[in-house]
Amino acid sequence: MKKNVLWRFLLIGATVLVAVIFFLPNTPLFKFMPDWWKKSMPSKGIVLGLDLQGGLHLVFEVEGDKAVEASAERFTRLIRDTLQKKKLQAEVKRNGLQIEISPMSQEISTVIKENYPNLETVSAGQNLVLAIAEKEKKAIKDNAANQALETIRNRIDQFGVSEPTIQRQGENELVVQLPGVKDPRRAIDLIGKTAQLEFKLLDEESPLAAQLPQSIAPSEEEGVLKQFADKLPEGDEILFEKKVNKETGVVRKMPILLKKEAVMTGDLLSEARVSLDNKFSEPYVSMTFNEEGARRFEEVTGANVKKRMAIILDNTVYSAPVIQEKISGGNAQISGSFTMEDAKDLSIVLKAGALPAPLKMLQNVTVGPSLGEDSIKASKLAGLVGTLATIIFMLIYYRGSGLIADFALILNIVLLFGAMASLNATLTLPGIAGIILAIGMAVDSNVLMFERIRDEIRTGKPPRSAIDSGYDKAFATILDSHVTTLITAAVLFQFGSGPIKGFAVTLSLGVAINLFTALVGTKSIFDLITSKYKVVRLSI
Amino acid sequence: MLELIKKPNIDFIGKKYITLIVTGTLSIIGIIAIIQIAMGKANMGIDFAGGTEIQLKFENPIDLQIVRAALESGGIKGFELQDVPAENRVLIKTKQSEGDLSKIADSITSVLNQNMSSHKYVIDATTAIGPKVGTKLRDDAIKAIVMATIGILIYVAVRFKFQFGVGATIATIHDVLAILGIFYLMGKEINLIVVSALLTIAGYSLTDTVVVYDRIRENLKMQFKEPLPNVINNSINEVLSRTIITSLTVFLAAAALFFLGGEVIHDFALIILLGIIIGTYSSIFVASPILLLWKKNRPSFAPKK
Repeated sequence: MKKNVLWRFLLIGATVLVAVIFFLPNTPLFKFMPDWWKKSMPSKGIVLGLDLQGGLHLVFEVEGDKAVEASAERFTRLIRDTLQKKKLQAEVKRNGLQIEISPMSQEISTVIKENYPNLETVSAGQNLVLAIAEKEKKAIKDNAANQALETIRNRIDQFGVSEPTIQRQGENELVVQLPGVKDPRRAIDLIGKTAQLEFKLLDEESPLAAQLPQSIAPSEEEGVLKQFADKLPEGDEILFEKKVNKETGVVRKMPILLKKEAVMTGDLLSEARVSLDNKFSEPYVSMTFNEEGARRFEEVTGANVKKRMAIILDNTVYSAPVIQEKISGGNAQISGSFTMEDAKDLSIVLKAGALPAPLKMLQNVTVGPSLGEDSIKASKLAGLVGTLATIIFMLIYYRGSGLIADFALILNIVLLFGAMASLNATLTLPGIAGIILAIGMAVDSNVLMFERIRDEIRTGKPPRSAIDSGYDKAFATILDSHVTTLITAAVLFQFGSGPIKGFAVTLSLGVAINLFTALVGTKSIFDLITSKYKVVRLSI
Repeated sequence: MLELIKKPNIDFIGKKYITLIVTGTLSIIGIIAIIQIAMGKANMGIDFAGGTEIQLKFENPIDLQIVRAALESGGIKGFELQDVPAENRVLIKTKQSEGDLSKIADSITSVLNQNMSSHKYVIDATTAIGPKVGTKLRDDAIKAIVMATIGILIYVAVRFKFQFGVGATIATIHDVLAILGIFYLMGKEINLIVVSALLTIAGYSLTDTVVVYDRIRENLKMQFKEPLPNVINNSINEVLSRTIITSLTVFLAAAALFFLGGEVIHDFALIILLGIIIGTYSSIFVASPILLLWKKNRPSFAPKK
C-alpha cells in the first residue's frame, strides 16, 4: 500500500514537471534559460488567438468562374491562330463561356477535335459552338485557388508578417490569418488586389475617341459607359484614368477608348521595384521584363511607333504615353501620383504576380491589440477571483479535506496549462472562459466524493474504509457527468470556428485532467495520510 | 461537519403540479423564441445574419447621441448602436452585407474620421461577415446542436435504462429552451458565443441530473418496497446538498466571469449562470417527476430475481 502511494506521488510529480517545462516559454523565465535548453526543450508554448493578440482573420472566395472566362478567352485566341495557320477561313469569337466558330465545316471540326481535347461541342449547325469540358473547368478553378494561395503567400512574405496562416478551405475559399498586423487596411488591399497588369493600345481612329468627355466625376463612370455602349466599335472598350489634383485632392476620371485585346500582360515581368523621379522626387514603380517579355515589348513598341499605349492595372489606366520609338531592353514604368507606401505595395503585388482570378471577401475580422490586452486583463482578474472564491468555499465547507481538494484544484490548473502548451493550443477569449468554468467544475468531483464519504461516515464506517467506499461509489457518477461534458465539447470542436474551438479545447482538457486530479491526486493524499497516521476522525 | 441543509425532508414530488406550470411556461417561451429566430425576428448576431460590426474605444466617456448624429450626417443608414459605458466602448452594428464587404466598414470609418475628429478614439475591432459565411455558421450551429443532443441521448441510453434516458433528455431540452426563452425576452443578441454557451449548459445540466438519477437508481434497488414517489423524494433529499454545492462552485466561477470578465464574455457568463440555476431546478423538478410516467411499470426498475 505504502509503495503504491509513493508511485502515485512520483507520477503526479512527473506530470507537474512536464507541465512546467512545456509552459515555461509562456513565462518571462524562459529568457533566462541556458541556450541548450532553448534549443532542445519546448519553446513555443500556448499561442494567443487573434482575439487576444490582435490581427486579421480573412476569408476570401476565389472567383473561379472568372478564371474559366479567362481560359475561354485564351482558347478563342489559340483557335484563331490555329485556323489561320491551317489556312481555314472562319470567324472565331467568344460568347460568355462559349466559343463560336462560323461558318462551320467538317475540316474545322476535325482540326478542333485533334488540337483541343479539353473543349466540348455544344452544338454544330451553321456555327460550331464549343465550351470548356466540365472536368477541365473544375481543374481550372482548382488551379486558380492553388495559384491564388501561392501568390498571396508571396505577397505576405514580402510584406513581412510573422507567422501568417494561409490555407485553402473547401473548394474555392482561402483563409488568411495575420496576427499582430498594425495596418489592417493596407494588408487587406495588398492581399485582395488582383494586380492584373495589361498593356493595351488606344483606339484613336474611331470617331468615338474624340466624342468622349475629357474629365468626369468618379460617380459618373457608369453613366458614361451606358451612354456610349451602343456606339462602341467591335473589339473596343472604355476604361478610365484616375487624375488627382495635387493641390485640392479632388479626384477626376478620364474615359479612354482602348482595343480590348491586351498586347502584353504582367506575367512576363521578372522584377518590379520602387524608384524616385529625379525632378519631383515622386515615387514610381519600374518594371523589368523577362527575356520573352523584353522581346515582345520590343516587337509591340516597334510596330506601334507614334501610337499611344495604355498601362492598365486591374482595369484602371495609370498612364497612356505615346510610343516615341522602339523600346528594347525590356524596361517600363508605372507612375501616377503614388505615395511611397502605395508604390512599395504596388511593386510587391507586381513582383508576386497577378491573382489568377479576383477575390471576393467573405469574412473580415480585425482586432486591435488594445482590445486583446483589455480582455486578457479582465479575464485574468476573473480567473483569479473565481479560483480564490472556490478555494475559500472548499476550505470553509470541508475543512481539512477542502484543503486537499484545493491542492487538486491547483494541480488541475498547472496541468491544464501544461497540456495546452504541449499541444501549442491556441488560447482564445472563450477559451479563457472555458478554463475558468473548468476550475469551477474541477472541485465538483471532489464534492461528489466528499459527500459520499460523509454518507459512509454517517453509517458508522471508520475513516479509511469510508474514504475507499466513498471513492468507489462516487466514481460512476463522476465519470457520467464528465463524459456528457466531453461530448458537447467534442461537438463544439467539430463545428465551431476559431474562438469557439479554443473554448472546446480548454473545456475538454480541463474536464479530462480533472478526472486525473480527482481520482489520482486527492485519493493519493488521503491514502498517504491514512497510511501514515491513525486517523480517528476525518476533517470533512 | 458543516452542512448546508441538515437532513432535508422535502416533498418535491408533491409539488409537481406547481412546477409543471413553471416548466411549461419556460418551455413555451423557449419555443416561441425558436420560432421567432427561425422567422428572422429575433435579435441575431452578425455571425448568423451577416453584416458589419465596428467597435470603438473612446478616451473619455461618450454620449451615444453624438456618435449617432455623426453617422447620420455622413449618410450612414440602418445601423444600431450599443454602448459599454464602463469601458468607454461603442459598438456600431449594421446588418447590411450586400456588395463589397470591406467597403461598408470603410465608409463608416471615413464618416467617423470626418465627423468625430474632436473626440479621441481608436477602432478596436472590425468584424464583417458576408451572407454566405453567415449561412454556413448558422448551419454549423444547427448541426452542432443536433449532434450534441444525439450524442448525449446515446450516452444516457447506454448508461441508464430507457426511462432515465427520456427524462434526462427532456430535462436537458427544457434547460436549453428556458435559457433561450429568457435570453429572447431580455432582447439579448443570439450569436455564436450564445450557441456555444447553450451547448456547454446542455452538457453541464446533465451532470446534476446524473447525480440525482444515480441515487434514484441505487435506491430503487434498496427500497423496492417503497412506492416510487417516496423513493424519488428520498433520493432527491439525500443528494440535495451535493447537487447544490456542485452547482455553487461552478456558479462562483461563472459569477467571477460575469462581473469581471469584460464585455465580450458577459453574455456567455450570463447564460452559464442561468443554466446552472435552471439545470439544478430541472434535475429535481423536471427529470425526476418524469420517471413517474412509468409508474405502472415500477417492477422494471427493480432488480431481476
